Amino acid sequence: MSQENEDIYTRIVRDYLKGKREDQLYLAQQLGKWLLSRNISPEEVTDMHANVLEHLGDVPEFIQDSFQILTEIMIEYGNAYRSFDSWRSRHQQLQAEIAIATAMQQTLLPETLPQYPNVDIGMISIPAKEMSGDFYHFLCESKSEFTVAIADITGKGIPAAMCMSMLRYAMDSLGEMKLAPGNMLRHLNSVVERNIDPCMFVTMQFGRYNTAQHVFRYATAGQEPGFLYRARENRFFDLEGCGTALGIAAGSEYEEREIYLEPGDFLILLTDGVTERKIGRYYIQREELVSLLEEETSASAQEMANHLYRRLLLLSQFELPDDYTMIVLRRT
Amino acid sequence: MELMIRENSQDGQHLLYLEGEIDAYTVSKLRDLLLCLVNRPEVKRVAVDLSAVEYIDSTGIGTFVAAMKACKQTGCELAVQNLSPRVERLFRITGLYERMVPHKGESE
Repeated sequence: MSQENEDIYTRIVRDYLKGKREDQLYLAQQLGKWLLSRNISPEEVTDMHANVLEHLGDVPEFIQDSFQILTEIMIEYGNAYRSFDSWRSRHQQLQAEIAIATAMQQTLLPETLPQYPNVDIGMISIPAKEMSGDFYHFLCESKSEFTVAIADITGKGIPAAMCMSMLRYAMDSLGEMKLAPGNMLRHLNSVVERNIDPCMFVTMQFGRYNTAQHVFRYATAGQEPGFLYRARENRFFDLEGCGTALGIAAGSEYEEREIYLEPGDFLILLTDGVTERKIGRYYIQREELVSLLEEETSASAQEMANHLYRRLLLLSQFELPDDYTMIVLRRT
Repeated sequence: MELMIRENSQDGQHLLYLEGEIDAYTVSKLRDLLLCLVNRPEVKRVAVDLSAVEYIDSTGIGTFVAAMKACKQTGCELAVQNLSPRVERLFRITGLYERMVPHKGESE
């Protein structure tokens, strides 16, 4: 403890004892903050207080002795503070690393949506925490075809982000082969099954949209079913599909399905962050989700995605417990 | 919401009764117990009763996936039973249902 600190401390105590003014207490608060910023420990402050009392006048022996007890107790407080300070530094370092990882994760996700005549595409993806376990991918293969993938990786955070990079690089490599959806999932399952933690798995829906014929051919690996809207009937159907999630069993096969879209029809691909929403004490039912979507059928694909997100957020009182991703593909 | 686990065992056959919600906050208790059981050589079969489980998330499903993979190595048999409709739907969607729910006529 420097002499300068002790002099300031002495002046504050002396002036306060003379007049007991509020401004002296305010000065003491400021000094406390300054001492903290200089990592002065509680036991040093206790010693300083004892020294200052001796400078200001005769201190009875029992008060001098009692400071021994206070100092011992303050040493423990000091140890706790130093431990907290060290933890805080580590936490700040970890936060900085997570910020970098979050930025890197963003580079794995496409920034723009495919543009094709007569197809309106909308998308929204909101992570529940800093790092998302939801993954989506578009690949424009030709003037008339693009592929779309939506996936949910078990859990969130860094393990999910690491798995996401594996998925992205596998999809980039396999993308050049223009595999049929079932084959794509079969290859991805082989990669994921060999390289993922046993507790993790990935659900995915992968499809190819032919914009000349408006045919969507897709396969599903454990993914929450999306919706198909038929404009002529003004009715929603489940986007059915069956197939084991990626990473669960080697050698899994994935059945392909095909849908022809008429003008006004649209597809909704989603993750379970959309459907597994708790409103009060109960989970929203798919029929209720359909009711909300029915009010959006005339909106553009992007408006539909944005509106549903906002309405669900409002219903769940602004809680977003899981990553939320929804893709809308509409034939105009 | 908590997860309660009760355990009965006899002659290498273990039955776990789960009650509550299985999510990221409660799953570690189940994971530790289940993986420990299926890795013990004297344990021949583990059945998990999910009748009182109202909710399971992907980390909960992941625990059953890890236990199922461990069983392939150890030869232990793992089964889940009495799934509520909501939990059954999730097991069916992910493809675990046919792998972990005994067909009628099989031992339960």
